[in-house]
Amino acid sequence: MPKMVDVQNIQFYYKSDGEDIMLALKDITIAVEPGEFIVIIGHNGSGKSTLAKHMNALLLPTKGDVFVKGFNTKDEANVWNIRQNAGMVFQNPDNQIVATIVEEDVAFGPENLGVPSAEIRGRVEEALDIVDMTEYRDKAPHLLSGGQKQRIAIAGIIAMRPNCIIFDEPTAMLDPSGRREVIRTIKKLNKEENITIVHITHFMEEAVNADRVIVMEDGQIVLEGTPKEVFSNVEQLKEFGLDVPQITDLTNELIKEGIDLPKDILTVDEMVMELCQLK
Amino acid sequence: MFKDITIGQYYPTGSYVHELDPRTKILVTFALIAGLFIINTFVPYTYIVAFILGVVFISRIPLNFVLKGLKPLRVIIIFTFLINIFAGQGEAIWRIGPLSVTGEGIYKALFMAIRLILLVVGTSLLTLTTSPISLTDGIERLLNPLRKIGVPAHELAMMMTIALRFIPTLLEETDKIMKAQMARGADFESGNIISRAKGLVPLLVPLFISAFRRADELAMAMEARCYRGGEGRTKMKELKMDGRDTMALVTTALLLVVLIVHRTMV
Repeated sequence: MPKMVDVQNIQFYYKSDGEDIMLALKDITIAVEPGEFIVIIGHNGSGKSTLAKHMNALLLPTKGDVFVKGFNTKDEANVWNIRQNAGMVFQNPDNQIVATIVEEDVAFGPENLGVPSAEIRGRVEEALDIVDMTEYRDKAPHLLSGGQKQRIAIAGIIAMRPNCIIFDEPTAMLDPSGRREVIRTIKKLNKEENITIVHITHFMEEAVNADRVIVMEDGQIVLEGTPKEVFSNVEQLKEFGLDVPQITDLTNELIKEGIDLPKDILTVDEMVMELCQLK
Repeated sequence: MFKDITIGQYYPTGSYVHELDPRTKILVTFALIAGLFIINTFVPYTYIVAFILGVVFISRIPLNFVLKGLKPLRVIIIFTFLINIFAGQGEAIWRIGPLSVTGEGIYKALFMAIRLILLVVGTSLLTLTTSPISLTDGIERLLNPLRKIGVPAHELAMMMTIALRFIPTLLEETDKIMKAQMARGADFESGNIISRAKGLVPLLVPLFISAFRRADELAMAMEARCYRGGEGRTKMKELKMDGRDTMALVTTALLLVVLIVHRTMV
């Protein structure tokens, strides 16, 4: 089985007037397995969004190759196949909704793929059901909340039946409740629909449930591993200017005070368990 | 403050007229416009008025709501009336300085004013009974045969859809920028026309920049969703003409025939 997304030693320069002016990615290699839930964190300018755009051929690497389900993104003949397989949800919910009615917007992707009318209808119903937005199908998108709009954008991608969805900071412009809605939907897609997820964010809390966390800094991967492995490097993460989940921060402080706790506590429940076992 | 803005003046009642194929309604409207220019006497107006009243009745839109559409155009209608009333030839009935009102002038002025009123009412019935989105669909499908001679039917329809989609978004943004600039001391309300126009600069510049940024992001999102123009694209809602559309079209054709016959006989 081919890797879902296979990024091999890529380098990327942003160009201006044909001259390479900024090295945004320096030698990045990532392999995403089918069904995996990967979170990429890093702060602004770390190259994480640039990397995301390589995963569905919106940007092509200056050096190295990106394969999506075995298709090279550099081959123009593969572009539409790749974009159907690896859907992408962007940061601003307003700027990715095309139509004036919710269900028309969800239908936009399948319409572009040339799916027959009757099947589009079925796909739209299914997609709206997955994101829990069926009751809003006839509404105008500008009347919805940010979280709802973002769920519509997700439904629009699901309706194209992708194997993998790349989320490029989908929660950055949302309020806390909108953020929760979107995160719940993303988890559901991974667990119930078995869709591979690459989630790019700068909220550390959103990384806790991932299978794997990748930390980017200055166009490079600086840390990689399970959430527990990554977040136990509290000092190092802080050096990169990143926060750690509050609980991890608390654990770290407690350990510094000489309390005997494991370094990899990520959730409140785990903390409660460990604290109760202290003598 | 702009949140509940309605685009166009769609008045949904779910009537027979509303459920007609948008293509039918566009064609009927064009036929009606043509009809208004075919006739040259008052008598056939009665047929057209009867037709329009019939449509209003079937559409279940209150008549005074339809007539409200004339309000913004009353200046133009009155202006046309006045120009024509003084432009007639022949023996003067009244004289006001150098201007004279003749029998022919009155006749012509009335004729033109009625034509204008019927034009406005007839075309506004189209937008009252058709939602913007199905109107766009209808235009796209009607223009489709013209693609061979280079009319970008799909692109035009897509532009209209996106414009409709972003009107409320940009209005909201205008509101936000206005408040932000007012908080920093910008003045949009006082002064004469020139200083007020100048005052709009700090509103328009950020608005344009943001609109371009949105356009850029939207284009990327559309590409990510495999948009590649109208070629090979399907539609979730296929337009279908049925017996009712045939009936509407036949009725309109009959009206046109009557109007043409009337003209050739008189």
